[in-house]
Amino acid sequence: MKSSRFDATVLTLGFAFLYIPIVILIVYSFNASRLVTVWGGFSLHWYQTMWSNQGLMDAAWVTARVGLLSATLGTVLGTMAAMALVRYGRFPGRMLFSGMIYAPLVMPEVITGLSMLLLFVALGVDRGFWTVVVAHTTFTMCYVAIVVQSRLLTFDRSLEEAALDLGCPPVKTFFRITLPLIFPAVIAGWMLAFTLSLDDLVIASFTTGPGATTLPIKIYSQVRLGVTPEINAICTILIGLVTIGVIIASLNTKRAELRRVHDEHMALRTPS
Amino acid sequence: MAVAQDSDGQGKGGLGRVFVVALPYLWLVLFFVAPFFIIFKISLSDTAIALPPYTPVFEGFGAIQDFVSQLDIENYVFLTDDPLYVKAYLSSLRIAAISTMLLLLIGYPIALAMARASASIRPTLVMMVILPFWTSFLIRVYAWIGILKPDGLLTLLLQAVGVMGPEDQVQIFRTDTAIFIGIVYSYLPFMVLPLYAALEKMDNTLLEAANDLGCPPLKAFWRITFPLSLPGVIAGSMICFIPITGEFVIPDLLGGADTLMIGKTLWTEFFGNRDWPLASAVAVILLILLVIPIMIFQNQQKKVA
Repeated sequence: MKSSRFDATVLTLGFAFLYIPIVILIVYSFNASRLVTVWGGFSLHWYQTMWSNQGLMDAAWVTARVGLLSATLGTVLGTMAAMALVRYGRFPGRMLFSGMIYAPLVMPEVITGLSMLLLFVALGVDRGFWTVVVAHTTFTMCYVAIVVQSRLLTFDRSLEEAALDLGCPPVKTFFRITLPLIFPAVIAGWMLAFTLSLDDLVIASFTTGPGATTLPIKIYSQVRLGVTPEINAICTILIGLVTIGVIIASLNTKRAELRRVHDEHMALRTPS
Repeated sequence: MAVAQDSDGQGKGGLGRVFVVALPYLWLVLFFVAPFFIIFKISLSDTAIALPPYTPVFEGFGAIQDFVSQLDIENYVFLTDDPLYVKAYLSSLRIAAISTMLLLLIGYPIALAMARASASIRPTLVMMVILPFWTSFLIRVYAWIGILKPDGLLTLLLQAVGVMGPEDQVQIFRTDTAIFIGIVYSYLPFMVLPLYAALEKMDNTLLEAANDLGCPPLKAFWRITFPLSLPGVIAGSMICFIPITGEFVIPDLLGGADTLMIGKTLWTEFFGNRDWPLASAVAVILLILLVIPIMIFQNQQKKVA
């Protein structure tokens, strides 16, 4: 068939476009030569220099802590926001609330970053580690809310209703019934929040202060000075970590999905 | 039943319910909405050589009349008078519009091919589109520097193939073309996924019916497939257009010195010239320009949810 050959060509070209630059980056992180265009043989030299670059390692540590904290806070707040949007029907200011959830997704980062910085200055807060955490929590919670919301919308409420009918308090119902059922979405939301925090240059640049240089800020300042293979090395490690994380998460989701389908089958078969 | 359940829930979990709504609500009001008022306020103040480098406009409630008299639109007058800023806004909108068109032209065939693939490999294809998005934006833009540099890999490839002489070099790096390549590359997943979501839901029997009635495939595409995918087209276009207009990283790393984009201008005013009030005014006008696209996006999202 003609159209299927067309589709295959489109997909091949599309994925080649998406992946070739990343593959090149990874390959050249193992290049012994400093020049991008010369292949000087396989070497782990850049990984060694990266490891001994104290500034880079400090920045990586700051980024990891910011990411863990803001992703966790963002997941808690985002899950609450999703519950509020899906479950609590109308409440005063719902329009504004859903607007506040969607707007940060498309808001240019320079605006979000600058406005948050001005807030911190107005509040008289010293900028540094915690201001970056708060800023990241604010925009990542919106992504979590969207991911969890889509799971809650396709969620079978009868189990929850049964628990409530049997006198289980709402908070307990949430932790015993709802949370386990939406857990894959919550984990996916957390991972998304973590990578977004790991990735952010613009908002962190505005809201950071002395002693809280994150990895993207460090990478950016080095890239401005010119391409250094050390950056290729740390980028490769980041790509590797993220890829492993995504694969584990998707396998987990798949397993959870299979188990859920299996459980539902069993439940239906059991004579009542 | 549902109604009884709801009122019941309100009685029992009233406090918990208020808490669940109020916490994220207040967080967003404090850290997302309130800053916009501050940015607006500071855009109306004067630059001062101090830290923070602006004179406070509003201090205490007793100073309301002072507040009104002190407000001045000097920064806005400055922005509209200086053709550099007007040009930067127009050029940002132009680059964002062209990029969005390019993204649609490239993203649509990919999304369509994904939606037409057999159901068993579709999740893998979606995964493959999402995966690059998970790797750092900065890293992906950075990867293009090595490719597009005059002595980079693209030059090397073209020389090896014989398209270019050994002395020629690709002159793309630090031009608008490089910006377009960087933007299309970085935003492609954001365009493909909403398009795919719309196309995948489509009822194939409509196309079969058109085919049976003798409608040629291309006409069927324009009469059936494309109109039905419009929500995806709008969502994808807005998700790309709005942030691209304020993009900083791509024009800064791939664009030339003469590239005008408002995100870069704002960054320079803030970090370079330390003119916070002017940077705030730049942000406020950018926000005003983007209000309509943002509202279209919000409406679209509400319909989906």
